[in-house]
Amino acid sequence: MDYFFQQLINGLVLGSIYGLIAIGYTMVYGIVGMINFAHGDIFMIGGFIALITFLVLVSIGLTFVPVILLVVLLVSMAVTALYGWTVERIAYRPLRQSFRLAPMLSAIGMSFVLSNFSQVAQGARVKPIPPVITGGYTLHESAAGFAVQLSNVQIVVVVTTVVLLAIFTWLVARTRFGRDMRACEQDQTMAALLGVDVDRTISMTFVIGAALAAVAGMMYLLYYGLVDFFMGFVAGIKAFTAAVLGGIGSLPGAMLGGLAIGLIETFWSAYCSVEYKDVAAFSILIIVLIFLPTGLLGRPEVEKV
Amino acid sequence: MALPVADRSTAKTPSTFGFIFKKAALSALVALALFSLMIGIRTEAGPSGQLIYWTRFGDLAAIVAAVFVGSILVELLRQWLGPAGTRTIVPPRITEGLSVASRFLAPALLVFALLVPVIFYNQRYLLDLGILVLTYVMLGWGLNVVVGLAGLLDLGYVAFYAVGAYSYALLAQYGLPLPLLSTAYPFITVEHLQLGPWAFWVLLPVSGLLAALWGVLLGFPVLRLRGDYLAIVTLAFGEIIRLVILNWQDLTGGPNGISGIPRPTLFGIPLNPGPNGLAGMLGIPFSPTHRLVFLFYLILALALLTNWVAIRLRRLPIGRAWEAMREDEVACRALGINITTTKLSAFATGAMFGGFAGAFFATRQGFISPESFTFQESALVLAIVVLGGMGSQLGVALAALTMIGGFELFRGLEQYRMLVFGGVMVLLMIWRPRGLVGHRAPSVFLHRERTTISSDMVKEGRG
Repeated sequence: MDYFFQQLINGLVLGSIYGLIAIGYTMVYGIVGMINFAHGDIFMIGGFIALITFLVLVSIGLTFVPVILLVVLLVSMAVTALYGWTVERIAYRPLRQSFRLAPMLSAIGMSFVLSNFSQVAQGARVKPIPPVITGGYTLHESAAGFAVQLSNVQIVVVVTTVVLLAIFTWLVARTRFGRDMRACEQDQTMAALLGVDVDRTISMTFVIGAALAAVAGMMYLLYYGLVDFFMGFVAGIKAFTAAVLGGIGSLPGAMLGGLAIGLIETFWSAYCSVEYKDVAAFSILIIVLIFLPTGLLGRPEVEKV
Repeated sequence: MALPVADRSTAKTPSTFGFIFKKAALSALVALALFSLMIGIRTEAGPSGQLIYWTRFGDLAAIVAAVFVGSILVELLRQWLGPAGTRTIVPPRITEGLSVASRFLAPALLVFALLVPVIFYNQRYLLDLGILVLTYVMLGWGLNVVVGLAGLLDLGYVAFYAVGAYSYALLAQYGLPLPLLSTAYPFITVEHLQLGPWAFWVLLPVSGLLAALWGVLLGFPVLRLRGDYLAIVTLAFGEIIRLVILNWQDLTGGPNGISGIPRPTLFGIPLNPGPNGLAGMLGIPFSPTHRLVFLFYLILALALLTNWVAIRLRRLPIGRAWEAMREDEVACRALGINITTTKLSAFATGAMFGGFAGAFFATRQGFISPESFTFQESALVLAIVVLGGMGSQLGVALAALTMIGGFELFRGLEQYRMLVFGGVMVLLMIWRPRGLVGHRAPSVFLHRERTTISSDMVKEGRG
């Protein structure tokens, strides 16, 4: 039972990271109807930016951990958001009127550009960092000596995710930008007629998605202690699976889907086999799309001729 | 069509130098923010595992300057060429000239391909490259059936390539299992038939059929999916196949791959230096080039077979159904076309050719490992099809030649290769989303006159 609870904690932490990435997929799909294939690589870039900022801050003599974390978070979010903006500006905006497959192919190209850019710029080897947040709590210790641990890193990941989600939900539900975004999601032409700057709203959607992916990248770095240039691909597909599972276009759905995928992956690794954990995640994507194409919280897509 | 284009060109006032400069400065500023951390600072794991870093501000400055200059050049070029969209109207004389040229291009290319082993007999490197190009031509033509004709975006095509390669390798290694009926207890016994020198010729169709079977297996679940979703599911499928191959170590050897795969024979006559080899039988001195020449003609024949089948299928009802489905699936269904068989047959046909190519790849290399079947391969084949204009056979062949040739040219810049590849894909989508050979010849004509329709006018289905 203790083993189960430990895996539950691990799964929820992993799921928070997937959920943060999945929000970017679901937002972009909701507003422009395309799969932003490069989003996983944006997450990877976020991890790299966090790593480099962290390294610089430590080397100039900053030692107070909360300040380091806050600065790293802000820098990583800002720079990665700029990456998101640039990608949209270069690769997707010129294709808005093109045929349907064009943005998808362009996104695949962009994904190659980003992952190989960081390979060329930062080298192909895995980049490890020493643990930044140490310590934790032992929640329960069984007679057999197995302890359920809740580390401080895990607390930081979950708390950051919850806080950011609260801010983000407020942004979408209460602000002018959120209203614009939801308007563009329903009908871009009508929104434009009513004075919404569609281009700017779409750009902002990419910026926010990238900023959340940057947070996920930083959390990944803190939790696993390493980044590499190839991590965006698999994480991206899993987060996309999460978005589909939750119902693409639905923001709470993305988070729910992320948690579900995190839990499934963790339990699969714990009880079945570690080697096939990615196979399990990809199979879920296929199964969900066949049996539950609208996801858990999604709206059915009405086909108009 | 002409009027709005003219309107657009007059509506936009020519920009001043100040505007260009401002834009370039802005681009440079964005580039500075993007690259200052990623390029300005280089991290690496040090000897003791500790992460170290050093600065590269020179590179950073160079890149920012390049962005600044590049931005000015792009803007000037844009003003010089006029606003986007004005060039879609090509003078009819040029279109005619192009179509005449392309009519002679295909036979000329074919004759050239047939003569390559004669001309370059002594250049093993070029022969090898030719074999590689033809393999991709074949893969491109196979995928073209799925993407170009049926309009189903398949991002996991490499899975069928892998199935073909591993089918051949494993069946050649363990022998072809033949179920034998018997009267004693298990009633069915499996006997492994060792094929010896005939392995390739027996297993080539078997590999193709197995790949086609996998194509149908993939096709069933994705029947209801469209466009992006279909793309992602096929991608997941391709990754699943690769991961299973990677992890099923007992069968596939995992990351170590399979080596010692039997080389092809000229219908049973091995191409080796022994007395039973081809050279020994003909009484000529043995040379390893013989095998290369043989492989070249083999893949050429396989590729031409793919091309021929694809062209013939287009004229059959099933091919018409594919193209109809590509243009509009709903209308297609309303007209009584069975979408299930149409989609499945497209997947199966494309997968079968992928399987043939995979078996050829295995016999050519003599060694296969999961590394050869990554998503990058799928993307490369897809890029060839897209660059070739999705549906044009000649275009795909030219695109394969350009892509693989380009890859070879930049072999020295190994690490920048995929970076450039991705960039080219993005630029291609912006500049010519319909590929370089942007025509699609309609298969059905109402009148006798044959015309080619510029692909800009063809509406893409949701496929």
